Amino acid sequence: MIEKGAAAIFVGCALLSIIAVVAITAYMIIAGTPALKQVGITDILFGTIWSPSSANPQFGILYVILTSIIGTALAVLLGVPVGLLSAVFLSEIASEKWRKILKSAVELLAGIPSVIYGLLGIILICPAVYQIELAIYKNDPTHQFTGGANFISAVLVLTLMILPTLINITETSLKSVPMHYRTSSLALGATKIQTIFKVVIPTAKKGIMSAVVLGVGRAIGETMAILSVAGNSINLPLPFASVRFLTTAIASEMSYSEGLHRQVLFTIGLVLFVFIMIVNLVLSHMMKQGENNE
Amino acid sequence: MNSLYNKKVRYRDEVLKALIYLSSLLVFALVLMMIVFILVKALPYLNLAFFTTAKSTLKGTDGILSNMINTIYVIVVTLLIACPIGIGGAIYLSEYAKNQKFVEIISFALEVLSGIPSIIYGLFGMIFFGEKLGLGYSILNGSLTLSLMILPILTRNAQLALSNVPQSYREAARGIGAQKWYMIRTVLLPSAIPGILTGIILAMGRIVAESAVLIFTAGAGYFMPSSILGHILKSGGTLTVRLYFEMNNANYSAAFMIALLLVVVVLGMNALAKWIARRFDVNGG
Amino acid sequence: MDSKIQVNQVNLYYGSKHALKNVSMEIPSHQITAFIGPSGCGKSTFLKIFNRMQDYVDNVKISGDIILDGENIYDPRVDPTILRKKVGMVFQQPNPFPMSIYDNVAYGPRVHGIKNKVKLDAIVRESLEQAALYEEVKDRLYSSALGLSGGQQQRLCIARCLAVKPEVILLDEPTSALDPISTSKIEELLMTLKEHYTIIIVTHNMQQAARISDKTAFFLLGEMIEYNDTMEIFANPKDKRTEDYITGRFG
Repeated sequence: MIEKGAAAIFVGCALLSIIAVVAITAYMIIAGTPALKQVGITDILFGTIWSPSSANPQFGILYVILTSIIGTALAVLLGVPVGLLSAVFLSEIASEKWRKILKSAVELLAGIPSVIYGLLGIILICPAVYQIELAIYKNDPTHQFTGGANFISAVLVLTLMILPTLINITETSLKSVPMHYRTSSLALGATKIQTIFKVVIPTAKKGIMSAVVLGVGRAIGETMAILSVAGNSINLPLPFASVRFLTTAIASEMSYSEGLHRQVLFTIGLVLFVFIMIVNLVLSHMMKQGENNE
Repeated sequence: MNSLYNKKVRYRDEVLKALIYLSSLLVFALVLMMIVFILVKALPYLNLAFFTTAKSTLKGTDGILSNMINTIYVIVVTLLIACPIGIGGAIYLSEYAKNQKFVEIISFALEVLSGIPSIIYGLFGMIFFGEKLGLGYSILNGSLTLSLMILPILTRNAQLALSNVPQSYREAARGIGAQKWYMIRTVLLPSAIPGILTGIILAMGRIVAESAVLIFTAGAGYFMPSSILGHILKSGGTLTVRLYFEMNNANYSAAFMIALLLVVVVLGMNALAKWIARRFDVNGG
Repeated sequence: MDSKIQVNQVNLYYGSKHALKNVSMEIPSHQITAFIGPSGCGKSTFLKIFNRMQDYVDNVKISGDIILDGENIYDPRVDPTILRKKVGMVFQQPNPFPMSIYDNVAYGPRVHGIKNKVKLDAIVRESLEQAALYEEVKDRLYSSALGLSGGQQQRLCIARCLAVKPEVILLDEPTSALDPISTSKIEELLMTLKEHYTIIIVTHNMQQAARISDKTAFFLLGEMIEYNDTMEIFANPKDKRTEDYITGRFG
């Protein structure tokens, strides 16, 4: 009797994860679609003017979408080389002592709350970027100065945030390449570096790709770290423009929004949710492919 | 004949090697810089009152005691909710599941849960637990939402811990005639505890670091609890949330002191998790 | 008989363990030399010195000389990657890279700087033919090497080794993981290869040594006990320990 009860409880626990996903999806759709109908899909997704509290409210989030997409892409572009090479160091080159030291550093990076990244961003990155901004635009009367809170600062913070994910998963993939591939390569007269780049990394390709996809997922979903450094106006994602990402657009206005404005914020949430689901599907497709090739 | 005495200089190799060292150095330097900066910005202002009082206009104090208490509340309540579910789910996946397709669906669901951005959890918690279930801005709301968020970590680690328990234990138990739940309760779970514990500590780390979720579910309240149980229905800002608001109000010294505290906590948890893994040979198998 | 390699008083220590004790011998060129002996006798350890693969093992100390074509392989002027071009190795477990058959064989030449597709095509074909594998794979050169059978994979590894045009080939128990038919195919292969290469093979299978090798060295506990023409070793062993091993009293 107890046995049957126990089994039932455990199935229930497992089912809860599915129920949770269904519930979250359902609520995002329920909360996000009314505004789409009321304002119109094209007006929201492709509009470029965002003025929710004006007499004739506009809810165009095209720039926001672009900012998230391009910002994520840039963060990944910057993060992958550094992350990959650091992972190579950890997996193939570092002595045990240095491996432990760097690995601890990466773990710390991974565990630091994202608000702290935002804090350091405001205090460290923004002033530096502002100096560059001043230097570049000093004779340009048309440039709206951002004081360092702009797209570039946000991308830099995002890159830093996804580094631990990139490094850890890439390192795991590299380490799981069987030793005898390296030995064979060396026995054929390749150097250690040649072995790493011609055998180890290509063999670990699938794992590295999944590291990148997970990095994309993290970057696109990041809120607190970039909330204070992105600038918070709605603009095209140009380097020294004050911008909003999908995530910061929601976070910055949710607390005081009401009515249609609030509903549109949920629509933005829905757009973000759709992007994430696409990333997840790509990832699980890649994992399946990996299994089929074994 | 080709002589062996011909040391080749491979420029490509040297460049790549240099890039590898540079990248690693960059990462290490960045982390070091961050920690040092936090220390430099926080140490001069450290004072006992900051950690032992709560923010109160009445008393004129501005400490973070209430936020520390809120953080502990959130951790405890979230774990109370999520651990049974996570471990239960892991037990099912590891010991009971027969239908491969079902297992795949559950694994996929867990993957999805772990990929959903925190702000979406925040929105969901706000409209579902907060509005639909009427919990408003409360610690309970935050904990319920966070439970969903940490479910994948707990389940995965518990599953791993259970799968590392030698198959011979199960066979021995079955040989004696023990029933499944009995076997799990008396043999498997005890063996799997270190691994499960590691998962719990990792989950705690995530809870402590969370802010976006909690701002929309647990709110930013900074009052000391007036009743132990009743407090979970009240709004309670955790340390990270408090940090965010101090930051927004340009109280950087306060923000950095909280940051220092958080970094110490994270370091402590990492160290604890590693110690457990080593002491109990979690992945040794 | 030309001597290809002279070994002088080689000693090897793993930490404090004296794994190879004062080994001296001459490896004749264009012949098959076999190293035999019970597990742990040091024959594989010794083999790995010839292409300096011991360089990658921690805590190893080696003293003595190995002279290849008049040059000491441990001379500081030596580039180990060039040594390994001259002295190739085939391992016990067939281990082709997870790439196409073509890329496996072309790996060595590419690493040593050959980029020209026409040249590579020719080298790949020639090596596969030398390894008696070409006919079997010529229609699927670009498919994954992992799809081949164990015996084919091992011949692929031999082709891969031949592609860099070595002069010496080291084989570490190359057939112990294979079935009898693949084993005899590879033994035949080795007999044809010795015309152009100097071959050293480690084997725990005495009959194999007796079948294919010209000279045999018997190792025990890190010492080389006896080294002679194969026929002499098996028909007329001089040392009692050799005789005991050959007649199966231990091993």
